[in-house]
Amino acid sequence: MSGKTLSANNNAGGKKVMEFITKWGTLLTILLLFIVFTFGNWNKATNSSIFLTGNNMITILRSISITAIIAIGLTFSLAVNGMDLSIGATANFADFLIMTMFVWYNINMGVSIFLTLIICLVVAFINCILIVKLRIPDMVATLSVMFMFQGVAMTYSNGGAITERMVRPNGEASKGLVPAAFRAMGKEPWLIIIMLAVVAFAFFFLNYTKHGRYMYAVGGNPEAARLSGIPVNKYKILAYFLSSIFAALGGVFIAARVGTAQVNAGAAYLMPAVAAAYIGFSVAGAGKPNAIGTLAGAVLVGLLENGLIMMSVPYFAMDIVKGGVLAIALALTYSQKKNN
Amino acid sequence: MKELKLEMRDISLEFPGVKALSNVNFDLTGGKIHALIGANGAGKSTLMKVLAGANAHYTGQVFVDGDLVEIRSPKNAKDLGIEIVYQEVDTALIPYLTVAENVMFDVIVNNMGKKQLINWSEVKRTAKKTLDKLNVKLDVNKIVSELTLAQKQMVLIARCVVEKCRLLILDEPTAPLSNSETEELFRIVRELAKEGVAVVFISHRLNELFEICETITVMRDGKVVKDMPITPELQTKEIVELMLGRKFDDNYNKKQVEIGETLLEVNGLTEAEGRVKNINMTVRRGEIVGIAGLVGAGKTELCKTLFAAFKQSGGTVKMKGKTIKYKNPNAAVKQGFALVPEERRKEGVLITDPVYSNISVAAMKKYTGFLSVVNRKKEKKDACQMITDLGIKTPSENQTVALLSGGNQQKVVLGKWLNSESEIYIFDEPTKGIDVGAKRDMYDLIERLVEQGKGVIYASCEFQEILTIADRVYVMYDGQITKELNVADTDEKELLYLSTGGN
Repeated sequence: MSGKTLSANNNAGGKKVMEFITKWGTLLTILLLFIVFTFGNWNKATNSSIFLTGNNMITILRSISITAIIAIGLTFSLAVNGMDLSIGATANFADFLIMTMFVWYNINMGVSIFLTLIICLVVAFINCILIVKLRIPDMVATLSVMFMFQGVAMTYSNGGAITERMVRPNGEASKGLVPAAFRAMGKEPWLIIIMLAVVAFAFFFLNYTKHGRYMYAVGGNPEAARLSGIPVNKYKILAYFLSSIFAALGGVFIAARVGTAQVNAGAAYLMPAVAAAYIGFSVAGAGKPNAIGTLAGAVLVGLLENGLIMMSVPYFAMDIVKGGVLAIALALTYSQKKNN
Repeated sequence: MKELKLEMRDISLEFPGVKALSNVNFDLTGGKIHALIGANGAGKSTLMKVLAGANAHYTGQVFVDGDLVEIRSPKNAKDLGIEIVYQEVDTALIPYLTVAENVMFDVIVNNMGKKQLINWSEVKRTAKKTLDKLNVKLDVNKIVSELTLAQKQMVLIARCVVEKCRLLILDEPTAPLSNSETEELFRIVRELAKEGVAVVFISHRLNELFEICETITVMRDGKVVKDMPITPELQTKEIVELMLGRKFDDNYNKKQVEIGETLLEVNGLTEAEGRVKNINMTVRRGEIVGIAGLVGAGKTELCKTLFAAFKQSGGTVKMKGKTIKYKNPNAAVKQGFALVPEERRKEGVLITDPVYSNISVAAMKKYTGFLSVVNRKKEKKDACQMITDLGIKTPSENQTVALLSGGNQQKVVLGKWLNSESEIYIFDEPTKGIDVGAKRDMYDLIERLVEQGKGVIYASCEFQEILTIADRVYVMYDGQITKELNVADTDEKELLYLSTGGN
């Protein structure tokens, strides 16, 4: 019901502008931020921007990679019109799991990664029981699971961080080390390559396979989907499992990048991931969760963070900006929905 | 109250890409019941929404009692005493509040002024008084979600007349009602008219309009084509021709199709919550089997139980002589069932998706190869073929289904199942809310199915339709099949008698 007082003509013109903004606003914003940060961080001495350097571009890509991987998982649960707030906690749980496997138990890298991903599926399993079987609204169900697994990770680690050579509660020093190959995974080019592979997988899956088509159908109208013969619950379950597995993968990369597991390190990724996926809705007028949009969302969030730090905005004020960006993205997405 | 005199002059309205109304003139006077009729997409509801303030961007003029008024919001309309009851009553009610609160909703929302506290005893008293005035017996403390559809409608009408109501618009009010409920509604409408309220009655059921209305306006393609008083000489055929803009032959001749072996045999089928009980029926190849029953008799429940959308708790189902087990719609589709559900927008189509993906959704196996990758080119090609085959009116296969008319959406649902090559087609009120022309197309398509040796189940509360199209009919009453009849040996009167509980 926009523009009640406007005449029909003005309304049509306004609508066109609005349409353009919702469609391309995200990409325009990225471009705009790029320009602002380039000139906002101008170093007069060298007459060049400290923002626009090869090193910094790689830093940005690296920092958005983990957000993007976790947000892709969320994209699947959003595609079935669900929500998964437990992704941050899952990433955190995975971070602790894999670090303890290295440091406490000295398990080799391949097995550790595999085990971590498998164990994290417990989160998806519980989510599915709550949402699909017990029919608890997804938002609150995953909120409770989020708290559960924050607690599980803390309890498992005795409330502390996991570092190499840490002293375990029984007084022994841990002997295990983090493999160098694993640390390399958390650096360029591997992290970036894997992130791009994850995005490509999600793009292919959602757009080109029948499973993707079914997921969107379930998200758009579950009853019609069911009466068309789509096994609705199976696809919801699949979506939550994909959500958890990508969150866990994100957690593995947090570990690889930092080399330690810090208390609640994964929780910090929940907000940017949610923001990235929702910003992605409106990219190129898709109007629904999609892989490319989510990547663009992650780029926007990562760019903001990097640029603002360079412009010496204190880290504790960053949340104001992030929250604001999410609100604007949501406003764009939902104003578009209303127009349909 | 002074009698209302409302004139609409040169009303036009455009939606993106569509001219919904063009230069419409429409007059109303208080105390008269006015019929508004037209095929789907003719602009009836759109025109009424202009009056109700829901289509704010209209151009043209509206005069009330000779004064030019602007109706740019529902509030404007209400201030003028214009009230509307939309077809979907549930969208206007708040299910977990009481009857009293729902009846008094507008008062509580709009007319509290500076008052902050609600006087509950007064709310209940006024609600009760309003319902009494309409002669509706309803406990004002009852929660609305526990009411029947007809009762919900009464609550909405009561809401409209709590305060001064000068014009009451009823958009297809009788579509979901049984005969006695319709009578009750007519009584109330007549009483309101007697008090000087102008009533606009939108309906597809011409007989009803003849019974209750005094004047009739026929719309077609966003224009008013005829405005006339209803006289005893006026004939249904004449109005149908005006609606369609062409000659209409209402004697539909059913094609004779050879009936083959038994395709489906159901014995003692019962639904888990007892909504349908002990159903025995058979469907043969090439046969159209009608399920006749009034609203609430359990037709929809039977259709959904057969399709396993409702849980089956007893009985056996045999397909081609073999007992089959299926627990959900997904399995039912694999066994060869197809359901065209009653609630088209909610259950039939993926409303925000394009036509092509709606047509392919139940037959994705045909379009997927390695790694379940969808062959979109083939998908679109088949969809285009289906669009021409069924005569679906759409600019392209990429059009969003939400933008199609009701009849065309129904064809999309049918296209979905034709594409999936099922054996048993279950139609639940397939002509609900679609116009006469689309109805004939529907008949043609159903006959094409039986010509191919499929079996069809046709559930409807429009007995005339069943008598026109079906070979055999089962009558339902209170969740059970009470009688099986050959269509050739029965008539509308008998079906009505049986479905109201007669024996």
